Amino acid sequence: MSTTFLGFIQQVINGLTLGSIYALIAIGYTMVYGIIGMINFAHGEIYMIGSYVGVLVLTALTLLGLQSVPLMLLLTLVVSILVTSAYGWTVERLAYRPLRGSPRLAPLISAIGMSIFLQNYVMLGQGARDISMQPLIAGGWRFGAEGGFQVYLSYMQVLIAVVTVIFMALLTLYISRSRMGRACRACAEDREMANLLGIDTDRVISLTFVLGAALAAVAGVLVGLYYGKINPFIGFVAGIKAFTAAVLGGIGSIPGAMLGGIVLGLTESFASAYLSTQYKDVVAFGLLVLVLLFRPTGLLGKPDVEKV
Amino acid sequence: MLKLEAVHTFYGPVEALKGVSLEVNAGEIVTLIGANGAGKSTLLKTVCGLPQATHGTITFAGEDITRKPTHLIMQSGLALAPEGRRIFPGLTVLENLHIGGFFADKSRLEADLERVYTLFPILKERRHQRGGTLSGGEQQMLAIARALMSRPTLLLLDEPSLGLAPLVIAQIFRILEAIRQEGVTIFLVEQNAHRALQLADRGYVLENGWIVLADTGANLLVNAAVRKAYLGG
Ligand SMILES: Nc1ncnc2c1ncn2[C@@H]1O[C@H](COP(=O)(O)OP(=O)(O)O)[C@@H](O)[C@H]1O
Ligand SMILES: [Mg+2]
Repeated sequence: MSTTFLGFIQQVINGLTLGSIYALIAIGYTMVYGIIGMINFAHGEIYMIGSYVGVLVLTALTLLGLQSVPLMLLLTLVVSILVTSAYGWTVERLAYRPLRGSPRLAPLISAIGMSIFLQNYVMLGQGARDISMQPLIAGGWRFGAEGGFQVYLSYMQVLIAVVTVIFMALLTLYISRSRMGRACRACAEDREMANLLGIDTDRVISLTFVLGAALAAVAGVLVGLYYGKINPFIGFVAGIKAFTAAVLGGIGSIPGAMLGGIVLGLTESFASAYLSTQYKDVVAFGLLVLVLLFRPTGLLGKPDVEKV
Repeated sequence: MLKLEAVHTFYGPVEALKGVSLEVNAGEIVTLIGANGAGKSTLLKTVCGLPQATHGTITFAGEDITRKPTHLIMQSGLALAPEGRRIFPGLTVLENLHIGGFFADKSRLEADLERVYTLFPILKERRHQRGGTLSGGEQQMLAIARALMSRPTLLLLDEPSLGLAPLVIAQIFRILEAIRQEGVTIFLVEQNAHRALQLADRGYVLENGWIVLADTGANLLVNAAVRKAYLGG
């Protein structure tokens, strides 16, 4: 197999890994937007907190002498999801709910305030510098001839893909089959009408913040494991990228956020490999501009359903 | 059963209801007619607490619901089939009905579905279709069926005949009669005054946020002012 082909495969692997993370975070943006028509500006910070909780729990479990990797992983995910969901719920309670019905600018500003607060809160508690941890899962597979270009697929990358697919499937099932999932979809189409049918729409809004935070926590844990170090600022760039992914896929659409994340991850990966790392963001945002020019609703977004 | 006393509702500085009092008794069909912009929809929505009345009181089944949150009002035996139907277009017919029975007892769900399928057989046929693919008449039926899924004692209907062909309107009015036979009280807002007054036991006429007339349906049908303004002479 030629080096070019192997190089291509390598970029696909890297792109899918990155894209999985973007997709997990993007779902939080898209679900909240789908229901309240606003961007949760604190969502990047929610992801960062998920990552911190993950790293802290893993470190604690290691100190406690836990040996089983699957068990550690499971415990870390569960604790991070629970704690981060509580943060997501609180963001909605403090920054959005009191301002329901006020001009759109108001919750936007309070959410940005929330985001700055969360960043500083983590900085004060954990320091502004990188914290790192022992890799939990090291190693991987190499493909290709000895001495030539080899494709490297780490166990961690496989884990990211598998965990992402599992959580996406769970979310999709929940939204399409469960009673509350149905209420979420109804609220996304016509929140006032859902309210007029006896649904406590505030609860549904809280639920979307919680679900988004849970998936961001999964992304945060995976990123902590993948890179082995995190800092209080990782939420900013990841937030912008995931938001881009959500818009790219069609904001408001859950499959759109998944697709947008993957497309963005692949684009960045190819741009860093074939152009230059410095251009990867330019290419990513360029892609966004192009998609919005030709498909203003994003890849899978529906044009606004006319409300009578 | 439902009683409004001197209810005022504002949209910002605009006063849409200027002290409305009316009453709907159990077992009745009561209609509210009035021109476009008179405040009919506002009245129904005020009963549902969206928007809330700024002055006055609304009592339902003996309870003051003026300041109750909308979702709790709608859980207390009141249901609305709103103007423009507002079915959920991306949800299937069955899902729309499930949302209508969202807080109802799960064990009753199948029976409630059978009940609305009996009233609207077409909905059973179309149950796996998305709401948005239904015709206007079918969407109206879905909106009424969805409202019935919560087993209301009082059904509020906002212009169910709007934009529908005469045959479909006749069908819907027959079904309203059947719903009343089942013991559901009906408060019907209509611009189609002729049909509404024929069906109703009593009627009110709303003009610019005021109730200007109240009488039996039969009397309003022959009332000179009503004939002139709403029945084309
Ligand atoms: N959401 C709203 N915001 C501001 N004004 C409104 C709103 N809805 C209705 N109005 C005004 O209130 C008045 C009554 O409207 P409405 O209740 O819809 O009348 P009807 O149902 O009798 O046609 C109208 O003047 C209308 O312009
Ligand atoms: Mg109206």
